[in-house]
Amino acid sequence: MPQQSSRAGQAGDFPPFRQRHLISIADLQQHEIVDLLDRAERMIDVSRQERKSLATLSGKTQINLFFEPSTRTQSSFEIAGKRLGALVVNMSVKTSSVSKGETLVDTAATLNAMRPDVLVVRHSAAGAVELLAQKVGCSVINAGDGAHEHPTQALLDALTIRNHKGTLAGLTIAICGDIANSRVARSNLLLLGALNVRTRVIAPRTLLPAGIENFATEVFTDMEEGLKGVDVVMMLRLQHERANGKMIPSVREYYRFYGLDAAKLALAKPDAIVMHPGPMNRGVEIDPAIADSERSVINDQVEMGVAVRMAVLDALLPPRNEA
Amino acid sequence: MTRPLLIENARIVDPASNTDHGGAVLVEDGRIIDLALGGPVGVPDGAEVIDAQGLVLAPGLIDMRVFVGEPGKEYRETLASAGAAAVAGGVTSFVMMPDTMPVVDDGALVDFLIRRAEAQSPARILPAAAITKGLGGQEITEFGLLKEAGAVCLTDGASSIQSSALLRSAMSYAANFDMAFVHHLADAELVGDGVMNEGFFATILGLRGIPREAETIPLARDLQLAALTQVRYHAAQISTAASVALVQAAKTGNSRVTAGVSINNLCLNENDIGRYRTYFKLNPPLRSEDDRQAMIEGLRSGAIDTIHSDHDPQDSEVKRQPFAEASDGAIGLETLLAAALRLVHSGEVDLLTVLRAMTIRPAEILGLEAGRIARGAPADLIVFDLDHPWQVRERELRSKSRNTSFENARLQGKVMRTIVGGKTMFGHEEV
Repeated sequence: MPQQSSRAGQAGDFPPFRQRHLISIADLQQHEIVDLLDRAERMIDVSRQERKSLATLSGKTQINLFFEPSTRTQSSFEIAGKRLGALVVNMSVKTSSVSKGETLVDTAATLNAMRPDVLVVRHSAAGAVELLAQKVGCSVINAGDGAHEHPTQALLDALTIRNHKGTLAGLTIAICGDIANSRVARSNLLLLGALNVRTRVIAPRTLLPAGIENFATEVFTDMEEGLKGVDVVMMLRLQHERANGKMIPSVREYYRFYGLDAAKLALAKPDAIVMHPGPMNRGVEIDPAIADSERSVINDQVEMGVAVRMAVLDALLPPRNEA
Repeated sequence: MTRPLLIENARIVDPASNTDHGGAVLVEDGRIIDLALGGPVGVPDGAEVIDAQGLVLAPGLIDMRVFVGEPGKEYRETLASAGAAAVAGGVTSFVMMPDTMPVVDDGALVDFLIRRAEAQSPARILPAAAITKGLGGQEITEFGLLKEAGAVCLTDGASSIQSSALLRSAMSYAANFDMAFVHHLADAELVGDGVMNEGFFATILGLRGIPREAETIPLARDLQLAALTQVRYHAAQISTAASVALVQAAKTGNSRVTAGVSINNLCLNENDIGRYRTYFKLNPPLRSEDDRQAMIEGLRSGAIDTIHSDHDPQDSEVKRQPFAEASDGAIGLETLLAAALRLVHSGEVDLLTVLRAMTIRPAEILGLEAGRIARGAPADLIVFDLDHPWQVRERELRSKSRNTSFENARLQGKVMRTIVGGKTMFGHEEV
């Protein structure tokens, strides 16, 4: 059964976090996942109070290094760092480091010389964040590497579900859409698997990766079958380049068979919640009315995102000066 | 005139004659002039005598797939450094792929390479000529003139010809000159953005996979065209169980079909990639353990004819990258024999079979005199200790590039002496 915790106490209540980096959910033990979720609970409280700050990262430098654009994730990390008192620097690298004639390893050496305490990195290539982590002396957080992982997204999704359902235990969660190319799906499957939560993936065969059944998940190609009786419907963004007639014939057909509308959602449990990592393609993977309905917890996910990122920064950067 | 050379008390292993017997070999003027199994050999006056007690004497290895940076990318590898790595690994001859700058698609360049290699390299370098101009897959090269210039086979190296019509034409024309037609198998569209074997492991790593069918579909096509054109067709390197079955079936109807396997696909599998280790980013990709086992079985059954190093030097700039962005390739000349001996030590393949795939079979495919221990044959020989343990250390390798997929591997079997044309080109310790 999943390990659940009651609402956490003060940050000082938590034992030292043993990980230096957060690269992959696969690196985390079950208790570490629960620990991060519990820490994030406390950060929700911090974010909701009038004075939204702690000084735990005072004097620390956080560099957000984004090799591909992502306003919402970058902003979320930036707010998280600032609420903890860190000096946050955003560095956007528009082109790949290779095309600039500089390898990622060179970039790492340059950054290392600036002596940051934590690097938050997004890169279009799977494994790039890990490579960088091997070459720098500070903690590294993976903010998304290619189709590999997006661990803080999985943590914030779990926190959102836990807050709405009270527990993750006994739930059935359906992840729908472009599973093959989704780092969000991978991280969620690993995290939910580590907590022994039942999952289903739902997608056309062209968007299912090889060996998906080895994730200990149920695989559906019929969305109506897959949604029956689930507690959570987690939709994924469809990249427009998939809808060019090679992976799926058209957006229109995709929406008909794999878009979440009222009729399909009615097959889930009456109290099922709807999630989406954003940004949404309304009318492609989700009916706008569903996205804006009371079943949708999409804005809650954004709030939980800040809390989870505060928790991760807090956990990775000891010693701390408690506020 | 050089001094006669007598190697005695050796375990002579010669796959060409299925010999595995104690004996002695006498070399003079670059050729083997006498061979005695069991009995004594007369020692000519002034001969250098090597006591190879406890060691194996075998034909020098012939490596059918080696990339060299020269000309054009000498910072990766030169004819001299590739040659030094070769003899240190027991390779006395290797086929140099035409993927250079400029591409080896002109007789003058073949001639230049042969001359320069003779001057610079301790190993014999055998240039292969491109099938298509600039490796572009559009127009065929002057096969006849290239053969006259000294090219030993035709291949587009790491490129795979996509057009079936052009391939048919190229095979038909190559058959005129009885040249081995060595083709790399990759359906470009099925490979797509793939960077490793398609499967669960690629999914876990979030890397795009290359399906096995990207190899088997062009292989099936090639085998049909080879039967149609009667060319001497060699599948450059296969990596899947289904490919072994295809080649095996084709061989029953067409004795001109042969196939090779990279030492990497024989000794490693996709799990060796671990967490994005780019030295294991290879082409064809490392496959599953089942595929690897099928390669070994193919070697045993004779479906696979040759083992090569797929020596492909890449500098650190192009390897120290995220996996998907890193270049393919690993060096392998210096570790070829020792890595292949893993299969012998594990009991999976016998010594004669392993050596056959690196000596007489490539010699037969390329039409070379070497690759055997016989009176009159070129004295291209190696003496090695079958059991000598050693560890691969990047800094000790002779290649200019360090991208070995056997980094820090513990291997068993060490070349003690390499003789090319009767001359010792590499010697290790007091042998």
